[in-house]
Amino acid sequence: MATTEETLNVAGAQLVVVRGGSGKPLFVCHDEMGYTGWMKWNEALAANRELIIPLQPGYGKSPRQDWMWRHRDVANYYLNVIREMGLEKPDVMGFGAGGYIAAEMAAAAPELLGSLTLVGPMGIKPDEGEIAEMFACTVNSYMRLSVHNHEAEEYGQIYGGEMSPEQFELFEDARAEAARLGWEPYMFNPSLPNLLKSAELVKLPTLLVRGAEDAVIPPNCIEKYKAAIPQAETVSISNAGHRPEIENSDEFISAVQKFLS
Amino acid sequence: MQIAHFTERPVRYIPEEPVLENRAFFGVSNKYIDRDKSADDYNYYLDEACYCEEVGFDAVALNEHHGNPFCSGNVLNIEAAILARITSKVKIVLIGNPLPVVKHPLRVAEELATIDTISRGRLVSGWVRGAGSEQFFNNANPAINRELFNEAHEFIMQAWTREGPWRYEGKHFHYRHVNPWVLPYQKPTPQQWIPGVLSPETVLWCAEKQYPYLGLGTALGPTCDLWDMYADKAAELGFQCGPENFGYLLPVFCADTDEKAQDLGRGFIFGGGQNAFSRPEHTLPPGYNSKAAIRMLATQPGGSWLGVSKAKLMASQEDQWDAAAFDALRDKLKKGYDKVQENLQVVVGSPETCAKKICDILEVIRPGVFTVFAVQGNVSDADRMNSVKLLGEQVLPVVREFAAKQELTGPFDQVPGQRKLASGTKRDPVVNREALEKLNLP
Repeated sequence: MATTEETLNVAGAQLVVVRGGSGKPLFVCHDEMGYTGWMKWNEALAANRELIIPLQPGYGKSPRQDWMWRHRDVANYYLNVIREMGLEKPDVMGFGAGGYIAAEMAAAAPELLGSLTLVGPMGIKPDEGEIAEMFACTVNSYMRLSVHNHEAEEYGQIYGGEMSPEQFELFEDARAEAARLGWEPYMFNPSLPNLLKSAELVKLPTLLVRGAEDAVIPPNCIEKYKAAIPQAETVSISNAGHRPEIENSDEFISAVQKFLS
Repeated sequence: MQIAHFTERPVRYIPEEPVLENRAFFGVSNKYIDRDKSADDYNYYLDEACYCEEVGFDAVALNEHHGNPFCSGNVLNIEAAILARITSKVKIVLIGNPLPVVKHPLRVAEELATIDTISRGRLVSGWVRGAGSEQFFNNANPAINRELFNEAHEFIMQAWTREGPWRYEGKHFHYRHVNPWVLPYQKPTPQQWIPGVLSPETVLWCAEKQYPYLGLGTALGPTCDLWDMYADKAAELGFQCGPENFGYLLPVFCADTDEKAQDLGRGFIFGGGQNAFSRPEHTLPPGYNSKAAIRMLATQPGGSWLGVSKAKLMASQEDQWDAAAFDALRDKLKKGYDKVQENLQVVVGSPETCAKKICDILEVIRPGVFTVFAVQGNVSDADRMNSVKLLGEQVLPVVREFAAKQELTGPFDQVPGQRKLASGTKRDPVVNREALEKLNLP
């Protein structure tokens, strides 16, 4: 499917946005390591949706915005983007740290969203276990930790072979910006669970997805999200870690399509 | 010239195997601490500093690292405060306070002013960003490291020179009531010397501030390049650099004979030496380096920075440790020990050998400050003290005479930045590349 990548001047900042598909907008927040390309799951969901994927400021393509201090700032900026682009109740989906951003968006302005899908979301401190440390290890180690199903075809496509200098630099940009926003407290916002508990948010259809073998996000993170958003459905994707969308894309696509329909 | 003695104050009783197995000093468990041996070490290093003063060093230099038996100086200002009282002549050179990881510049301003006051003006205050591993240890956000450094430094300058009370609302630091009731003894401020390992950003920053830049045992060729960069920037800003703008720190160990020195000098490669300070993933936390430095790392597979290359970074955490590999590793380290001596990045030998090599180096890079970096590893008190004695009594006089002939003015002979250069005038050379050629280094 043809996709476009364009630089918008929106909500006071330059933002590179990847778009593909047609239909009701699905606003996608990529994960902590950045956008890794148009994959099988993008293609499947784009059959009847327009995917709008902002490349997070500071992740190499969209310029870093010095005023963004926390993931919450990115979330509020994205809400302004939604307003300025005139998107009518887009479904919002976020992965990992992008899930953290999506959850902050829902906490701040649930009325602007059509639904919320969080995949292996960071953002809430678990009572049991820890969100895995991504900064005290190499890119390779984090990739290996993130992905359970190393046989997945798309894992090989994205991470196999020699890393090019360009890819190395993009990963380092991603890690630097993730650290800038989420170093302390580490990839969570202590007030997020409380801010998610609003009368408006109770009406927001929500799906919580976790790879059954996710080594980055402990199960308790999902339980804490579920406690804050009681109407949320939860789904576990088998034979997958922190990247279920590429590790077991069939099961992932099917669960998300069912929810979005 | 000012000649300083520096030591990392290594934890000397630690066995080598856990360091080799961990492939770095940073991260070795503190379960190996022996409180009595630790007390011996801390007290010994203070005594050693006093002995340096006695044998004629102009300065004693300290640094700090965290969570790392490579250096037992965890809080350098405490040691410096003790030295302020128990020494009487030497400058106390701090290279330096890691501003971003301390996170409390007002407190640092007070501590340093206390040291300067007790010592009646013998403090030289250096600033550093903190090694990569310190960011983890102190939970200091590496992605804003340089911002924190710059703001903390500017704040301290104000806290030292501006009459209080006043209020400060910065980007990262906020103080309602700035009015420290201790100020530096030296006016307007103590001298500030900035150590570095060839980061161009730091070199340019030093030129802008007119602060002497101290190369930390860096290879001579790249050191010349960076000092030219400093001098060019200085010329742009209207001043002529001289030796007073540059310092150099060199691992040196002296014994009665070359053979004995070679044997004990192996302490420099104990546990893997400086290259094993921390593993690549701890040396380069996310955002700690500029985009330019990352690009260089990404595109120059052979080019390493702080001993780290992209290949090493990629390989780190890939393999499992093979305990049978200790001997092979030690062999490799021994080869590295020979190589750094051939490159003149480590000088080990009798007083004659050390003096000759040091003068060869000084002729090339022409620094106004020369700092001896004492041996690492499990070298006894007696052998360390003997090195200090031989350096003081036999090496320093030769070096001083050579430095005088070469007109290597130190920053206490000539205030850095005070030689004006008219716009459009060609600056004088600051390094001697012919002398470098003659050394014919590998």
